Amino acid sequence: MLTRLPRWLFTLLLIAHVALLSACERAQSDVVDWRATVARQRAADSAEPSSHAAPAAPLHAVTIHEPASLTSIATELRDANDASVGIGCQTCHSLDDIIRGPQTDAADAGGPHAGLVFLHGDNTCASCHDPVDPTRLHLAAGEVVPMSEAMRLCAQCHGPQFRDYTRGSHGGMRGHWDLTRGPRQRNHCIDCHDAHAPAYPHFRPMPPPNDRFPPATPHEAAPAEEHP
Amino acid sequence: MTDSKIDRRTVLKVAGATLGAAAFARAVSPVVAWASELSGEAFLQKHYKELAPDEMRTVLARLEAETKEKYGAEVKIRDVRPTDGVQFGYALNLSTCIGCRRCAEACHVENNHDRRTHNSYIRVLEMQQGSFDLEHGTTTYDHVVPAPGKFYMPVQCQQCDNPPCVHVCPVEATWKEKDGIVVVDYDWCIGCRYCEAACPYHARRFNWDAPEIPAEEINPVQAYLSNRIRPQGVMEKCTFCLHRTREGLLPACLEACPTGARVFGNLLDPNSEIRWVLENKRVFVLKEELGTRPRFFYFFDV
Repeated sequence: MLTRLPRWLFTLLLIAHVALLSACERAQSDVVDWRATVARQRAADSAEPSSHAAPAAPLHAVTIHEPASLTSIATELRDANDASVGIGCQTCHSLDDIIRGPQTDAADAGGPHAGLVFLHGDNTCASCHDPVDPTRLHLAAGEVVPMSEAMRLCAQCHGPQFRDYTRGSHGGMRGHWDLTRGPRQRNHCIDCHDAHAPAYPHFRPMPPPNDRFPPATPHEAAPAEEHP
Repeated sequence: MTDSKIDRRTVLKVAGATLGAAAFARAVSPVVAWASELSGEAFLQKHYKELAPDEMRTVLARLEAETKEKYGAEVKIRDVRPTDGVQFGYALNLSTCIGCRRCAEACHVENNHDRRTHNSYIRVLEMQQGSFDLEHGTTTYDHVVPAPGKFYMPVQCQQCDNPPCVHVCPVEATWKEKDGIVVVDYDWCIGCRYCEAACPYHARRFNWDAPEIPAEEINPVQAYLSNRIRPQGVMEKCTFCLHRTREGLLPACLEACPTGARVFGNLLDPNSEIRWVLENKRVFVLKEELGTRPRFFYFFDV
């Protein structure tokens, strides 16, 4: 049948056929290239979060304040700057004849610890302090840790607070929100909570604004008792 | 009736004209007094968005000189611009806020507020537990906190994504910046107070008088759009301390908070503290039904 076609038409069809075949091949290689590009893009996208987590710029440090009360007790003495003078725990507790053995009640603690107010649940001294060396703490599993790791101890009972703290939504902070541009300082648990009476203290607020127009209704009187 | 006599009608006309002129002079006297204080440069100053960099430098130098002249304080006023890839968000934990007003006090000091009125961009509402009626909240409590049966809710500018205050401004003196902060060009504001009326959060303040601040108490770190000392007769508002936060620092109110109730950060950073709060706490916004889409979130610990 083909031989019956005019020669020019046969040639034309042949050329068209060859052109179509090569176009298909090229299209196929285009598709292959495109798929490879997409695959590379997907791989890059999935790698994106990790590149967020570790940006090129080094992050500045987040430091946790270490209150002096971790390793010393305050005294009535005042220094030249009117700051309370503390006495290091080891001043007494490095001596051999300083009490060894568990105390059960704050009232038992005499000497410099006399008058300690204890309002922290049903705990006893040895719930947190190492009975052998009270300048150290022991975790629930028995591991003895130095005072500088007190937050690990707090976190054992106060998990939700510790979780929020590590996520930046509990406990105050100062410095930079953007750690690529500067450091940040965090408060320690005992900056705000006295470990022996951890409820946050009640106190008088800063003065209110002096509004142009006084409030229509007088606000209620202050409660008589002042909490410590 | 002869020409030589002054008739009754003329007398009344002259008297009326004299009274009218006197009344007009009295009526415009504040404008005259205002104009005598205003330099030609200040009068011809362009809108913030139209100031070229060299013009901005001139304006900032003039404002610093004016502060030196009026308040006797050496200050540095900068023009701090937003950073790409940063959208600010703020969250506040109502379970831990104790109503101590230290945030309001820090704002008062940081933003060079008038000492006499003890102004601040933050109002702390004392509210009855179990109720959420803002109308019955009181901002003037002055007793030991936290009081039994009460909770405390600090309210400041919510930096809305659909800000009614911006929509009502007749002269475009207030607008939303690309990092989400709603700002005021204090030199463009005409003091009509429409924005104060439009804001459902009572977040805007009007400068009835020029602020009075002792020179030694003035915070010298200032920015054109935030804490520079505002002139009399203009509106002002919380700017999330943009002179601090656009440099990477935390806002003054957050640093002052003793309980850590405040969380601030970049909404676009998936690892930021603010994102963790939004994704893990039960947050809500104030007056959601108004469609203002605040950037300020409240939450309770559950």
